[in-house]
Amino acid sequence: MATLSTDLPQKAQGASTRSQVLCLLLGTALLLTLAQYLSLLPAWLHRLPKEMIPPTAQVLDAAFAFVQNDLGLIHVTRFIAEGPLEFLLDTSANLLEGKRRWPYLGPVPWTAVAGVAAVVGYALGGWRLAALGAGTFIWTALIGQWKMAMQTMSVLTVAAPLAFAIGLGLGIAAWKYAWVERLLKPMLSVLQTLPFFTYLLPAVIFFKVGPTAGAVATVIFAIPPMILMTTLGLKKVSPEVIEAGKMSGCSRWQMLRHVYVPAARTEILVGVNQVIMLCLAMVVLTAFIGMPGLGAKLLAMMGSFKLGRSFEIGITIVLLAVTLDRMSKAWVVKQPAHFDKGTPWWIRHRMPLLALGVFVGFLLLAQLFPILGSIGRKQHFSQGKEIDFLIKGFLAMDGIRAVTEWLRWFLNVKVLIPFRDTLLSIPTPAFILMVVSFSYWLGGRRPAVFAAIFFTIVAFSGWWDRSIITLYAVISAVVLALMIGIPLGILASRSEAWSRRVLLACDTAQTFPSFIYLIPAIMLFGVNDVAVIFSILIFATVPLTRYTVEGLRTVPAELTEAADMSGSTRRQKLLSVQLPLALPTMAVGFNQAIMFAFFMVIIAAFIGTQDLGQELQRTLAGTELGKNFVLGLNVSLMALTFDMAITAWAERRKQALGLD
Amino acid sequence: MPSTSPVISAKNVWKLFGASPQRYLTNMTPGRSYDDIRADGYIAGVKDVSIEVGRGEMLVIMGLSGSGKSTLVRCFSRLHDITGGTIEVEGQDIMAMDERELIELRRNKMGMVFQSFGLLPHRTVLDNVAFPLEMRGQDRHERRARALEVIQLVGLEGREEYFPRELSGGQQQRVGIARSLAIEPDIWFLDEPFSALDPLIRREMQDEFLRLQEMLGKTIVFITHDFDEALRLADRIAIMRNGAVEQCDTPDQIVMNPATEYVAKFTEEIDKARVVHARGLASPLNGTAVEGTAIDGGATIHNLARLLINDTRAHLPVADAKGAVTGVLQRQKALDLLLGDA
Repeated sequence: MATLSTDLPQKAQGASTRSQVLCLLLGTALLLTLAQYLSLLPAWLHRLPKEMIPPTAQVLDAAFAFVQNDLGLIHVTRFIAEGPLEFLLDTSANLLEGKRRWPYLGPVPWTAVAGVAAVVGYALGGWRLAALGAGTFIWTALIGQWKMAMQTMSVLTVAAPLAFAIGLGLGIAAWKYAWVERLLKPMLSVLQTLPFFTYLLPAVIFFKVGPTAGAVATVIFAIPPMILMTTLGLKKVSPEVIEAGKMSGCSRWQMLRHVYVPAARTEILVGVNQVIMLCLAMVVLTAFIGMPGLGAKLLAMMGSFKLGRSFEIGITIVLLAVTLDRMSKAWVVKQPAHFDKGTPWWIRHRMPLLALGVFVGFLLLAQLFPILGSIGRKQHFSQGKEIDFLIKGFLAMDGIRAVTEWLRWFLNVKVLIPFRDTLLSIPTPAFILMVVSFSYWLGGRRPAVFAAIFFTIVAFSGWWDRSIITLYAVISAVVLALMIGIPLGILASRSEAWSRRVLLACDTAQTFPSFIYLIPAIMLFGVNDVAVIFSILIFATVPLTRYTVEGLRTVPAELTEAADMSGSTRRQKLLSVQLPLALPTMAVGFNQAIMFAFFMVIIAAFIGTQDLGQELQRTLAGTELGKNFVLGLNVSLMALTFDMAITAWAERRKQALGLD
Repeated sequence: MPSTSPVISAKNVWKLFGASPQRYLTNMTPGRSYDDIRADGYIAGVKDVSIEVGRGEMLVIMGLSGSGKSTLVRCFSRLHDITGGTIEVEGQDIMAMDERELIELRRNKMGMVFQSFGLLPHRTVLDNVAFPLEMRGQDRHERRARALEVIQLVGLEGREEYFPRELSGGQQQRVGIARSLAIEPDIWFLDEPFSALDPLIRREMQDEFLRLQEMLGKTIVFITHDFDEALRLADRIAIMRNGAVEQCDTPDQIVMNPATEYVAKFTEEIDKARVVHARGLASPLNGTAVEGTAIDGGATIHNLARLLINDTRAHLPVADAKGAVTGVLQRQKALDLLLGDA
């Protein structure tokens, strides 16, 4: 009681200073904005004058040029690109798609690939995965996209293992040495929010245009989660297992090799799953730097508005994503099972033997029947034109057309453009103050300080208006996503069966490479702002719905039962018990939605935007590394601001509620 | 049982947890209590403990959770580095050992069994048991033979190819025991080995353990929070509280003469007649003339109940395992213990 009574006034005092600070911040912001509207504000307070903007891009360019040429880094990277990396890529390209390089063996017949996929699927998860694995590759071959798909896969098969190995190594180092972790942590958070265009340009400059640059960008893109999962897994190894290892007299290397890494198997394999999925997403996106493959074809088809073919390629990419995801996830949960004593070796190793048999079998069959080796130009079953016709016909139907046209008009004229103009009309310092007060209100002091620093940097980067337009797209899309995703999640969480279905749908949708989300947006709304918002919207709704369902489903049963026994109605139970307890989890979804939105808004540059993404895409054509970095960093800093505030809030809330 | 030189000898051992324990300990005024130390921001995991374990002896360390018993044992094997004092294992100061020597010590002299087994989930029973042998580089054939031998010893033959998750808790602990015995250790640490098991299995495992110990005669440090288990197994019991040893003595003495109130509280509920042995209750001969058949000194008073009631002699001779008379038991004293003080 004594502590309580001394605590209370203190808390009240803290709350009052908190609201005072908030009032002060918002009040100043409002005052500045008002002054601007009354044209009382001096111009230099509205937007920073050009003379005050430091030449960051030029300085960076000079620095890059120094590292690249004077220090000779370019020779090192070019050596790697032209030496070992190109060798690996050529080898995999030869085997999978038949590129004329050493070892001159490929391409492997599509039937053999499909057969091996079926065996691997069976070994990992039974008949269903076998059917999925075989089905994916059979579809790809029959629809006439084998070569493209294999171009994509050949980069993936090189990039994913590289990302895995580097991520594992760095993860172990970060776990072993605190200073490595301290060094890596901020880098990882920036890397995870950096728009992918920023990975692409340096990759191109340092590692040559084409598959090598694509592979490098892909590897860098996929490393962060592998590092995080490795460190997490190693930290979670049970102390008794560690002690058992020590008492068994393990040396340090033996500890790592025989105790830590195997005991962290689950987390490491989850990392593998994420590496594979991120690699796939990125390989598709490397189309922007001219990498051939599924992504490039999709880009070309969408560019010329060939919806049928885009649709088919979309299905292929989705099938590949789902197959890779399911198989790697099945590997995570697969536990070793013993064989009885005296089991002959060919039963113990029956799966590898079966895979080998299937592979060799189809290899031989393909010599006899060429159709089993590869499907020619005229033999495939693509229905591109017909689907195109169908989709366009469907969209041209009066009812559908009226709805989409009205939505487009309404959103554009009544919502989006006014909102954007309002945001653009706010003076820079007022805008920064608003973001700071948002961070302060949500996350507290630390996130607020970082918000101030980050947005000031953005202001001084010289790309303020474009940053605001980026932010506008993100905010509008996320707000719309909130209005759709959360009610959807609440509805779904009412029944066990629907929760499961929705979770499965969301998890599946999350494995799709982000590029895919452009297809329906372009189909429905054509090439304009609404399509941009729409593509971000669907992309961001997925995590929101997912975490709403998860948050509501994981509210402890005793609490909902207690609410029931207190005689609360469904609505009361939802509002006063379930939602408050689910909020921290839902915040994770909200955070992810914002991060996804920042990611997607850049990709949407393809549709045509006026934001940072557009500028970034333009830099890809040239060698303006400095500008590219400044733009990318702006996106990253804005994303990090929100990330920090929301994470801080969720953490505090969780602690206050005593959840984990 | 105790022999000339102790196997483990700990002198004034301290283990503090906190920001800079070493500095704190050197500057600490002597005589600070557990709570004082905690107020200073440190936790005394082990607080000024001096204890010896003789060759072939089974020392049971008893205490509630958080009393420091696990920490103390981890100091013996240097899984924890101690903050102050010295620990010698077979005459060697283990804090002076470098990593190589320590690994050699563990590879050849020490075995440990853990409460939640600490099995490697990706290895079969056989590979788990052979793990310490593999670590010290024994060849495949040899370690397989030895592993099979210990697997048989703990009664798991036929399960060599199973993975830990395919076994019951009791079976998993048998694997843990087999693994700790694989290298034929001289010193055997058991950290609450049976606590995670259900009561029936626990009893069975205790019997099994006693059988093994009779066969192997290891030096054992056994941790438990279960007083009954301690009484059942121990040659000597050390009762710990707040990092310090409250009393270290034979079960008979602990029950008969608790050194502190805390120990007395533990023994209150115990049926003393089931614990105290005839030899523990007997007084020295000191020239007393005794006659008639001697009673077995290793039997508990409870075991002797019928005899004590029927035999009307006031003084009963007590003999050791070899039959030599070692002391004299006053019948009245024994009856009081058996029936409670009138």
